[in-house]
Amino acid sequence: MKDQNKVTFSRRSFIRTSALASGGLLIGFNFLTACKETAKPPVDISKLNFNDFNAFIKIADNGYVTIYSPNPEIGQGVKTSMPMIIAEELDVPWEHVTVKQGDLDTKNFQRQVAGGSQSIRFGWDALRQTGAIAKQMLVNAAAAKWGVDASTCKASDGVITNANGDTLGYGDVVNEAATLEVPENVSLKSPKDYKIIGKDAINVDMDAIITGQPLFGLDYTNEGMKYVSVARPPAFGQKIKAFDATKAKAVNGVSEVIKFGDKIAVLASNTWASMKGKKALDIEWANDGTLESTSDHDEELNKILDSKNLDVRREDGNVEKAFAEADKIIERTYESPFLPHNCMEPMNFYANVTDEKVHLVGPIQTPAGTARRVANLIDRNEEDIHLEMTRMGGGFGRRLYGDFVLEAAEISHLTKQPVKVIFSREDDMAAGIYRPAIKYRIRASLKDGSVTGYHLKEAAINSNMYGLIPNFFPAGAIANYKVESGNYKSNITTGAWRAPYTNFLAFAEQSFFDELAIELNTDAVQLRLDLLANVEDGKDPNIQYSAKRMIDTIKLAAEKGNWGKPNSNTYQGFAAYYSHNTHVAEVVDISLDNGQPKVEKVTVAVDCGIVVNPTGAKNQIEGGVIDGIGHAMYGDFSFEKGKPDDTNFNTYRLIRMKETPIVDTYFVDNELSPTGLGEPGLPPAGGALANAIRNATDKVLTKQPFIKELNKRKTDLTV
Amino acid sequence: MSSFNLKVNGNRVSVTVDDDTPLLWVLRDELNLVGTKYGCGIGQCGACTVHVDGVAIRSCSVPASGLTDSEITTIEGLATDKLTPVQEAWKELDVPQCGYCQAGQIMTATSFLKQNPSPEKEEIRNAMHGNICRCASYNRIEKAVALAAKKMS
Repeated sequence: MKDQNKVTFSRRSFIRTSALASGGLLIGFNFLTACKETAKPPVDISKLNFNDFNAFIKIADNGYVTIYSPNPEIGQGVKTSMPMIIAEELDVPWEHVTVKQGDLDTKNFQRQVAGGSQSIRFGWDALRQTGAIAKQMLVNAAAAKWGVDASTCKASDGVITNANGDTLGYGDVVNEAATLEVPENVSLKSPKDYKIIGKDAINVDMDAIITGQPLFGLDYTNEGMKYVSVARPPAFGQKIKAFDATKAKAVNGVSEVIKFGDKIAVLASNTWASMKGKKALDIEWANDGTLESTSDHDEELNKILDSKNLDVRREDGNVEKAFAEADKIIERTYESPFLPHNCMEPMNFYANVTDEKVHLVGPIQTPAGTARRVANLIDRNEEDIHLEMTRMGGGFGRRLYGDFVLEAAEISHLTKQPVKVIFSREDDMAAGIYRPAIKYRIRASLKDGSVTGYHLKEAAINSNMYGLIPNFFPAGAIANYKVESGNYKSNITTGAWRAPYTNFLAFAEQSFFDELAIELNTDAVQLRLDLLANVEDGKDPNIQYSAKRMIDTIKLAAEKGNWGKPNSNTYQGFAAYYSHNTHVAEVVDISLDNGQPKVEKVTVAVDCGIVVNPTGAKNQIEGGVIDGIGHAMYGDFSFEKGKPDDTNFNTYRLIRMKETPIVDTYFVDNELSPTGLGEPGLPPAGGALANAIRNATDKVLTKQPFIKELNKRKTDLTV
Repeated sequence: MSSFNLKVNGNRVSVTVDDDTPLLWVLRDELNLVGTKYGCGIGQCGACTVHVDGVAIRSCSVPASGLTDSEITTIEGLATDKLTPVQEAWKELDVPQCGYCQAGQIMTATSFLKQNPSPEKEEIRNAMHGNICRCASYNRIEKAVALAAKKMS
């Protein structure tokens, strides 16, 4: 955490300027290097050229500004919020700013990723610095024109003023500014002077979205492009034994059918024909490994929980001793299913592999890594690859994986024509890279009215909690603390799903704390505050949550959510969780409708530091909370002999309008560096809901989805 | 394969497709009107919602060949010279996150408000229940429908 006031930088090597032939100033900066936490300026600035830059600010000679935003937009709002930060320090009216998705040059891209809610956190300093440097150059140019010292001039809202009150617009001096040296040091604004940051700015793609303009990968077409449906093994653990494409080829519009690996691609002149062609394929599948079922996973994960040989991820004090000396031991096991991502825009990608180049277009969260994988797959130089990103119809982690890009590239490579691979919804759900099924077993020892020991075991499919997660709360708050993990390797593909691991871990722990509060006869909020009082901020570098910030966040949620004072016929539940560098606390209000919970309202307090774009920030929290509630209530995805039980929305239930609560969001007011919001709103929601349900019905929920435990049948959602 | 005429957004267009081709794919692949989205293909998510004679339908589940006598309106045809009150409400409340489902949401809301110009909260929630928003911008969709109703009154 650092103070934001009057920070100066000397990192001009990130920035280059040039005059535009058409008039105006172009400022290039290496966004990715600049935004990398550990980045050091390159030693030899002279070796940099414009190809090393991937983000640009163009100031036209009418003073209007175009910002080319380099980061993938998946609905998290960075295409709006990151340019706002530049515009703030550049000091131009937001109305004069146009934002465009930056063109991509994979050769120079190292970290162009949307994931982990990190774009704003890493971009904060670099974006402000870039805007401030540009502004200083314009001021310097104006001062030179007037023959006065630049320190006597001020710039605001795109206009530079000198001590005599003379004014020049940015547009009047851009051509001169382009010839000036990049300043070594600049001052940044104090947050109290912000005019754009902290004010609502609507999504920069708004008009295109609401009038249906082409924006997304699925909307992209190109001359001569074939639409491609791909038949993939229906079960994990299967491969193609034989196939007959006669009927598929007879479908009107189908031009070609090819086998690649264990998949078959049907190329056609339109999407419908490719989908029909795929259905008309006769394929004989053979088993090529174990066909796993959810019951197998259940057994394997239980074995891990019972095992004594897990990886110790964090250990403080002596939990065994604490348990031996306890007055009472509480133990619970929590279980969650696999989850598909279900982005509304199914996976798709365009590829045109020619002798000259490889042209790739579509929605991808990891363009750089994916481009490299494509180069390896079809044996091309990375320089041959030109990848353009489209706006993404949701990501949630699914588009971190470039499997669909590789498919498109391989098919284009084999058939020597431009293709677009389009997943049907069934393909998208059945060929997923799922949130892995996970179980947690948590034990706590109580002695003399306090929690003396805490032992959490994680059993997961394929991989375990990563990074600093074992050091999240209550690490540091309980003297004897241990986190262990183990996994079972499955042939079902798994990966990151919005707030990986914490999306379920938070539910398990936050439900468990409420049980401890009941045992200790303490208010649920008070128990958390009591535990946090044991934490000394900054003492352990692995503990990155701040007890102080968490306490403030919890108090704000409790106050705004009227904790402990529910309306009549309303039951409350509480949860607080730190993830992705952001502190969040939530109060859930539910009522009972024929004995079933109806989620009425969620009051959320968030400490994400400075809120760059309040409307966008609230949108992320509203979405994250409802997403968390939806998947905790309904998300159910199981396998039978390697095959998913659900492949479309008629049986796979996602939360819909009538099941949604009102989400009221409040931000802790401070001037600390901003952190991300795409994920942190989600993890506490399931726990807060489970706690409210327990308060209402005495039912302790330990398995997701709750709907199953609440004895409701999975319904067909025909609408 | 057969050739037939459709009236889309006030324009007569001729298409040649298989008789069973859903309107969705005719709009997207033949007419290059890609504002109408594919989400599930079985009428469950609402992303493909368009108007046929003013009524919201799921274009993924209706063959285009049966609509030769109908007025078809897509998201592209909603605003003529300026945004409609529904689109304005969507903009004012900064509804979208990823934005993919929003064309379908707007088409459903527009048709609903035509039938019920001053809806109660629960009526809005019922009317919009068939449209999935995976980003869960539901709070804002609900408020935007109410705001649009106000703008139209």
